[in-house]
Amino acid sequence: MLLQYIFKRILLMIPTLLVTSALIFTVINLPEGDYFETLSAEMAAQGEKADLSRIEFLKKEYGFDKPPVERYFWWVAGLLRGDMGYSFEYQLPVRDIVGDRLILTMVVAFCTIIFTWVVAFPIGIYSATHQYSWGDYGLTFLGLLGLAIPHFLLALVFLYFANVWFGTSIGGLVDPQYINQPMSWAKLKSILEHLWIPVIIIGAGGTAGMIRAVRANLLDELQKQYYVTARAKGLPPGKALRKYPFRMSLNFFISDIGDILPSIVSGAEIVAIVLSLQTTGPLLIRALQAQDMYLAGSFLMFLSFMTVIGVLISDIALAMLDPRIRLQGEATK
Amino acid sequence: MSASPALPADGAALPHTASTAPFEPEAVEAMTPEQERVYLASQWRLMWWKFRKHRLAVISGVVILTIYFMVAICEFLAPLHYTTRNTDFIRAPRQEVHLFHEGSFVGPFVYPYVQRLNMETLKREYDVDRTRPQPIRFFCRGEAYEFWGLIPGDRHLFCAPEGGTLFLLGTDRLGRDMLSRILYGGRISLSIGLLGVAVSFMLGIIIGGIAGYYGGKVDLFVQRLIEIVQSLPHIPLWLALAAIMPPSWSPILVYFGITVILGLMDWTGLARAVRSKLLSLREEDYVVAAQLMGARPARIIGLHLVPGFMSHLIASATITIPKTILGETALSFLGLGLRPPITSWGVMLNEAQNINVVALYPWLLFPVVPVIVIILAFNFFGDGLRDAADPYR
Repeated sequence: MLLQYIFKRILLMIPTLLVTSALIFTVINLPEGDYFETLSAEMAAQGEKADLSRIEFLKKEYGFDKPPVERYFWWVAGLLRGDMGYSFEYQLPVRDIVGDRLILTMVVAFCTIIFTWVVAFPIGIYSATHQYSWGDYGLTFLGLLGLAIPHFLLALVFLYFANVWFGTSIGGLVDPQYINQPMSWAKLKSILEHLWIPVIIIGAGGTAGMIRAVRANLLDELQKQYYVTARAKGLPPGKALRKYPFRMSLNFFISDIGDILPSIVSGAEIVAIVLSLQTTGPLLIRALQAQDMYLAGSFLMFLSFMTVIGVLISDIALAMLDPRIRLQGEATK
Repeated sequence: MSASPALPADGAALPHTASTAPFEPEAVEAMTPEQERVYLASQWRLMWWKFRKHRLAVISGVVILTIYFMVAICEFLAPLHYTTRNTDFIRAPRQEVHLFHEGSFVGPFVYPYVQRLNMETLKREYDVDRTRPQPIRFFCRGEAYEFWGLIPGDRHLFCAPEGGTLFLLGTDRLGRDMLSRILYGGRISLSIGLLGVAVSFMLGIIIGGIAGYYGGKVDLFVQRLIEIVQSLPHIPLWLALAAIMPPSWSPILVYFGITVILGLMDWTGLARAVRSKLLSLREEDYVVAAQLMGARPARIIGLHLVPGFMSHLIASATITIPKTILGETALSFLGLGLRPPITSWGVMLNEAQNINVVALYPWLLFPVVPVIVIILAFNFFGDGLRDAADPYR
């Protein structure tokens, strides 16, 4: 039953990814003109004589003389072979540009998720068990504040005060002297010194949503009869909470991975620009602006792929934890 | 045998022992007026009663209304137009309002600024001239404006003293008054929130309604679609969509474009809510009755089903408004959102994205305060609405 479910879920991923790729391709191709038009316009503006034959050659090389549909299939076929295309702007394969940055992005995203959980879970439980107390109000408010302050601004202010108070160097994920150096303990320490800023800032928004959801979920569970029965039979509050409603709210935590990933990736982009992190965000935004379409497209595709995988993992974990999930979703009428 | 007065005379009928008062068979079930008020109250009234209990939500509601009212009449409230430049006062810090001058009460007044160029840092410095108090004028005639672009006027709630300046929140790099810009910018930022939510509201009801009503394959397809849209990171997609808008568009067209873009990404949550509600409601007898009478699906969804949980929808829409407002600030911050001369809070913050600003001109960060206030208010208000949306629980 479980294996069948997993198999079905993986099969469902294929059309999802196909539609996603089509959507991304369309959106990226929507703006008028393409990279080559921008290029020749820029060259003309700089007074250089546009080398038309070179541009024509490049256009042919990248399939821009063919209709978009053909180019789309070409791109998807490349992706399937692990070939993410070629960046016009950097004159390098996309994979070479993206490689290191992707790892950093994942590190930041991973730390952020852990941070969100570590903060949101205890607060959510406390708020639910002490509903309408001052602690509940205060903590919920604090969480909401994280949601309400625009990320980029929080990043700026953090950056400034981290520099003033702790002497952390401005921008980047390591101190300048460690850039292009091999990994060492000193470098790791420097990374950790810088990492907490983006993690807290990106996590701030997600934490509020998470606290709210944990609180609401747990409150629902706390009113259910099985909990009342457990309490009536004399189970101490702490144990009753740990044994039953707590486990129920764990379900929700796992299922939330899928929802939280895209928002973390989105939030990370702007923060990364402000903090000038060497992650994927600034690169992607620059690529979108320059219509460097293979770089932008492959990249977006990779991010969505990661999200779909995240959702898949959370669904499978959920199905293992909670048999009710597997059984729902019957077609009606 | 003497006749007792308590007993009737011999042969006369005994008096009735039962009460002669008119008997109301329903009296047993009758309710006190208070009970009746509760039981007969309409759903919306019950919701209001429940909502009223959530203090914070009520306060937030008042705050939201006040802010919307303020930006609606911002021409009157703002001392200057948002494009007016005061070239002599560039990046002036905020002027403080005082009440007492040298121990005697003068009423609200400001001390004038004396500008001085620091020749070492080339920074403009502003000294406060504490000898000349300049009282602020109220309900004064000031800069002419057109209220809502229609009615000409020049009356302001307060304006700068005669021959002086009044920058309660300082000025920006072109010497424009921050307070006025925040008020005018609020009009754009807040209306984008409402319009964006209106777009996602429509999309959510239509798409979710179709999925929930038809179920089966349609539902499966829509669910996948929702999954896909949700799995895309919002900001890159916003960027890509914002890049579609040709640069030749006028700022007002860009404004509508941004609204639609923001709305396009946020409908998924609402569509899910509509879908799951409809899936359970469509089995109800009244729906079957409507179907048997030959009502078309659009009529059943729109007339019979959706109004049944409109309150829920409004509550969840309220919670998405702040997302849209934040989205606008993020887009404008990246320079892909609204473009000057249109001013929004995001556009203003775009000018504050430099670390120098935090260090040297912190008042340029002030637009973040109304952003935070309105987002918190909408969150609490939405929470209260959501709790009240189901008054029978």
